[in-house]
Order: sequence, then structure tokens, then C-alpha cells
Amino acid sequence: MNQSPSKSLLSIEGMTKHELEEILELTDTFDEIGRRPIPKVPALRGRTVATLFFEDSTRTRLSFETAARRLSADTMSFSAGSSSLSKGESIRDTVEVIEAYGADLLVVRHPAAGTAQRIDNWTNASVINAGDGCHEHPTQALLDAYTLRKHKGSLEGLRIAIVGDILHSRVARSDVLAFSMLGAEVVLVAPPTLLPPSIEGWPVEISYNLDEILPTIDVCYLLRVQNERINEGLIPSVREYVTDYGLNVKRASALPKDALICHPGPTNRGIEIEAAVAADPRSVILDQVANGVSIRMAILFLLLGSGRNLMEDADVGADQ
Amino acid sequence: MTLVIRGGTVVDQNGEQEADVKISEDGSILEIDKNLKGDQELDASGCVVTAGFVDLHSHLREPGQEDAETIQTGSRGGALGGYTALVAMPNTTPTMDCLAVIDQVRGLGQESICEVIPTAAMTVDRKGEQMAPMGELVDAGVGIFTDDGNGLQDPRLMRRIMEYSTGLTHRLGRPIILAQHCEIEALSCGGYMHEGAWSSRLGIPGQPAEAEELMVSRDIALVRLTGAHMHFQHLSTAGSVEMVRKAKEEGLPVTAEATTHHFSLTDAACASYDPVFKVHPPLRTDEDVKAVKAGLADGTIDAIATDHAPHTDHSKEKSFSEAPPGMLGLQTAFSITLEESGLDIHQIFSLMSWRPAVIAGIADRHGMTVSPGSRANLCVIDLNETWTVSGKSMASLSSNTPYEGRHLRGCVRHTIQTGEAVVIDGEAQR
Repeated sequence: MNQSPSKSLLSIEGMTKHELEEILELTDTFDEIGRRPIPKVPALRGRTVATLFFEDSTRTRLSFETAARRLSADTMSFSAGSSSLSKGESIRDTVEVIEAYGADLLVVRHPAAGTAQRIDNWTNASVINAGDGCHEHPTQALLDAYTLRKHKGSLEGLRIAIVGDILHSRVARSDVLAFSMLGAEVVLVAPPTLLPPSIEGWPVEISYNLDEILPTIDVCYLLRVQNERINEGLIPSVREYVTDYGLNVKRASALPKDALICHPGPTNRGIEIEAAVAADPRSVILDQVANGVSIRMAILFLLLGSGRNLMEDADVGADQ
Repeated sequence: MTLVIRGGTVVDQNGEQEADVKISEDGSILEIDKNLKGDQELDASGCVVTAGFVDLHSHLREPGQEDAETIQTGSRGGALGGYTALVAMPNTTPTMDCLAVIDQVRGLGQESICEVIPTAAMTVDRKGEQMAPMGELVDAGVGIFTDDGNGLQDPRLMRRIMEYSTGLTHRLGRPIILAQHCEIEALSCGGYMHEGAWSSRLGIPGQPAEAEELMVSRDIALVRLTGAHMHFQHLSTAGSVEMVRKAKEEGLPVTAEATTHHFSLTDAACASYDPVFKVHPPLRTDEDVKAVKAGLADGTIDAIATDHAPHTDHSKEKSFSEAPPGMLGLQTAFSITLEESGLDIHQIFSLMSWRPAVIAGIADRHGMTVSPGSRANLCVIDLNETWTVSGKSMASLSSNTPYEGRHLRGCVRHTIQTGEAVVIDGEAQR
């Protein structure tokens, strides 16, 4: 569904395995830059990255802004709460204004599916979808794949369970596509009310029994379960969810010794994941966060790349 | 001044003949014959001449949303699409639920180039809480009541309205038509497209077919209970079509319409996330499209309607979930039907003119045979000429057509409203 993959990154759907692998390989380079004493290169000097967040976010936004600064890009940021959207300005107006300020790339998060794609049609700037409603969150899937690849060498043949509120999860949609494209087997584990209504054709297995699945998997990927799902009548109570689908210490012991535990954050400690499990040595939740910056550097570089030598150190003074 | 439509093929309920049509100054057909002469002549060579179309479902947006459409511009679009009568939906601001607003709409309609038939809301302000003053409105000539835009949720109130309407038949001189937008909101709420494989894939929350079907089922049961006449608006699912088919077999007083978009587009169109494809009821699956076409072909569905629903560019420049539902239809309905329905032109004219005129209670002046004495509400169509859809060049103040860029067959050349040539050579005359 990416109309012009070289201009924008809107969804995993529509990308090829080769494109995914290219990003993952390039990310190794940026990962190395991130570990330098001065983690900064001049690759995107003079380019401007704008973050347009129509929905709250901490880590995704920080991660993109950190990535942009490490590449010496200028950044500007827009939040729905403090903007003239509340004065009735349309999204299209907002996009035109930000483009007029000289943004070369827009990082967009919006509560409605498809908004990044709509914005991409309205602007000449590149667009990165940083989460659109319940649709996709492609950079999260890339950083997840990168994290798994780093720990396991490859996703080929891995068996990955995604557990939780799949229905409302843009992370799950992107992960299913990316993981399966990279050769993994995906199992979705959730009560039927938290699964999308029609998943015929999805490359997944479905299970309502986490205990049965745990010993068979290489990765247990937990999703956030929000309290409002109870008001919507999707689950009877948090307690019942925790009982049936929460990853507690006892359940974690059924996971293979070399299995990995992932979560896109922010975690609900005590709901989908017990606090002690988040601290389990098999948990790679903080690695995911760190890798988020590297993967976003790689994507920004691919979309905006100026051709400067990556290995050159930044003239840090000039930017400050 | 007499008007002659020269050289066309007259198509009506009685068949086809090559003949000229002569129309008197008072707007009725005088003569059907060869080589007629009149004070004004319109060329119809290569065209069919038939009764003007009747749309049972137009949103003309006036009063209240005159930036999206007015009765004048909507009528102009209608006439350009071959329509001579538009049944105007009551979800205006203020709502068409009282005489004052009905009179306003009727007055504006009289100055426009289509006959505008106002409907009235079933409940006060379409809130679904209190019955609208139906007796008073019937006495003013309103024959169709609907809360369109929403279905009437409360089954008890629906039953009462149905019962009450049967007591008004003698005052109107024919059964009151209650037109229902079938949607159980408790089941559809929070959904913006059809729930299915596409909604799951696109991450757009869906509304299931059952939200429509449960209300169709409920209302058929209430028709059986009360004997009221129910008209089902914009049927969109295979299950709905089948229930209406069964109800008709049972002899219940029900009629139904389907829109052009529900038999020409599917939920796959939503993959662009362009809200021009957002509509209620939503675009459904291939199977539903097939069922709607079958319902049109076998007479289960009585009329093709447009659900013409103009929205400004500004209001559609939003995300799919935030934009308002609705699409233009008046200027594309005939061509889309010709291209997509699989029906012959007799069936098409029956569904777009003859039968809806009866449902709207205007068969004394619309959808008539093309013969001496009939009111001259006619359209002249070149079935072979093609055109390209462009929202911006339509008469509507809005441009939200889902068929942008499509090349279509079937051009309306002339439209005659009560003897006046209101469209000549594809141009609206006023």
C-alpha cells in the first residue's frame, strides 16, 4: 500500500522482504554510531524533520527526535493538544503550514487509520507513519525485527506469539506482516473479542490458550491491554484477563530458557506482564527502546539521505 | 409555445417506438407521431425519450448546509442527471419535522428545475424520542416519513408510529410510507466501514452487516403486526435483500430501494483511506453487490435511489473515521446503472422512474407513459455517448463523487420539466 516507498514509509504492507532487510542491515551502521562518544553524524545537516503527533506519545516521539538530532537534522514538533487544531484548523491546513516552514519529512501519529497515507497524498515532503489508529506502526515492527535478529541471528523459523489486544493494536498488524515476511511463524493469542473480526488470509495461527503455547515459542510478544476495553464489554475484568493471558513468573518459567520477552511499551505492570517478568534476563524490552533510535536513524537516512559520508564525525559545534 | 422532441426513440411502459413528442404550453403531451412541428424543437436523434427519473433519496442540504448544496444546485444536478423529481430527505438544520420547514423547502423547490418532494422526519428533530406531528404534515401533503441518517432505534416507538400512520391513510388518500434507514446503532457504533476482511486489514473499525439486517428483520415483524407500509432505504446486504424478498412473497406492504454505489462499489475501495468512499450504510462485499443486483433484477428492490449526499471538500479532508459519510449520486446514477447493473433499459427506467414515482405518490405527473395527456416530465438520453466523471465540473456545490475519472456511457441530452426544456444539450438552462 505504499504508493511511493522511496518517498515515504507508511506501512509494512506493500514492502518487500528485500526492503525490510536493507533497512535492518543499514541499522547496524547506525547502531555503531549510537555507541560512539559523540553519537552524531552530519548526514542530514540542513534537512528538517517535523513530528506531527495528533495523539500522545513519549517514546516514539523522543526516539524520532533523538534519531533526527544524531543525524544533524533540524527538528520541529507539533502536538494536537497545544495547536490550532483545537481552533478548528484541519489536518490538511496544519500539514501545509508545516511544509511552508520547510519540513522535508513529517513523522505522523494520528488516532485514525490511514491518516499518514492521506497526508502523504497532500504533501511533497516524505512521510513516516508513526502509528495510525488501529492500522500500522511500521517503524515499531522494524525495530522489533531488528531486536529479534540481533538476539537470534535471524527471524527465519522463529515461532513468535503476540499476546493481548490484537484488535486495537497497530503494532500487531505491522509485526504480523514483518515477522512473517522475514520467515517467522506467528501465533496470535487473545480472547476472540480482542482479535480482528475477519483474519482469513492473515499468515497466523490463532490460540485462546497461552499456557499451551508458551513452551512452543521462541518469542513472547506482549501487548498493552487498556482499561477501557472493559467498558466496551470486550473482557469481563482485568482480573480475568490477567488470570488467563497475563505473563506472570509461573507462566514465564514455561517459556524455553532461550526465549525472548518483548513489549512495545508502555507496559502495564501487573496486567499483561508481571513486574518481575519485565526484569527477567530474557526480557529485551529496553533493547527495543534503544534499537528504536537506530532503526529510525536508518529510515530517516534512507528517505532523506544527502549522500554525505556516514562515517565522518559531525562538526558538532556548528549545530549547537 | 409548443415544444417538439424530434427524432428519438420513445421508451415507456408500453414499449418502444420511433416518434416525435409534441408538448403543449401547459406542460402536457399533445401528440406522439412522426414529423411533428413545434415552436421550439429539440434534437433527439440517436437518443431515447422517456419519463424523467424520480430519486427517492436526495440530501439537498437546504436549509442549514448551503455551503455543501442548495435546493437550486441539487435540482440542477438532478436535471442534468435526467431527474425530474427529487424526494428530499429531512435531515436539514432545522429538521424538516414541522410545517414551517416543509413549506420553506417546497417554496425553494418551486423555483428550481426539479420537482422537490419534501419528506418529513418521523420523530421530532429526528431524535427518535417523540412522534412528529404526522397528522398535520399529512394534511399538508407529506406522504413519506423518515428519520434518514439514523434508523429509529426504539422498537416500541417504531411500532406506535406504524400504528398511528395507518390511521392517516384516508387523509392522504393513499398509505403513508415510513422509510427506514436500517441500522441498529448499538451494533454499528464506532464503525466507519463494513466489518470484514478489509476493515480488519485496514485497521478501520467496522460495522457488521447484522446492524442493518436486525433492523430490517425487526421492521418486517412490525409491518406484519401493524399493517403499515414500510419502505426500506438503501438496502446494502445480501441478508437484507433476502428478508425483503421473503416479506414480499408473504404479501406484506413493503418496498425497498438500493443505491447505485451499493451495486457498483465494494469495501475494497476503502483501501485508499479516502473518505469519499465513506458512506452509511457502508460499501459492502462482492457477495452483497451480487445480491443487490439480483434483487434489482427480480423485483425485490423497487427503486434505484442515489442517496445523493454532498459534503464540502473541507469536511472530507479528514481521516476516514472523522469525515462525514456520504457521496454524490444524481449526475452519475443513470450511467453507473447502465454500466454496472446488468439490467436492460426497460428495467432501468422502471427502477429509476416508473416505480419510484408510485412510491413517492407522484405517479399522476412523473414516471408516466409517454403518451398524449401525460405530464411532460421527460428526459432524452444518448445511450452510446461517453463522458468522464469530474466532481469539480458537476452542478453540485460539492465534489465528493466516488467515480472521479471514470469514463461512463450514457449522456443526458435534454430534460423537460412540465413542458419546459430545463436541460438542453447537456446544459442546465437555469
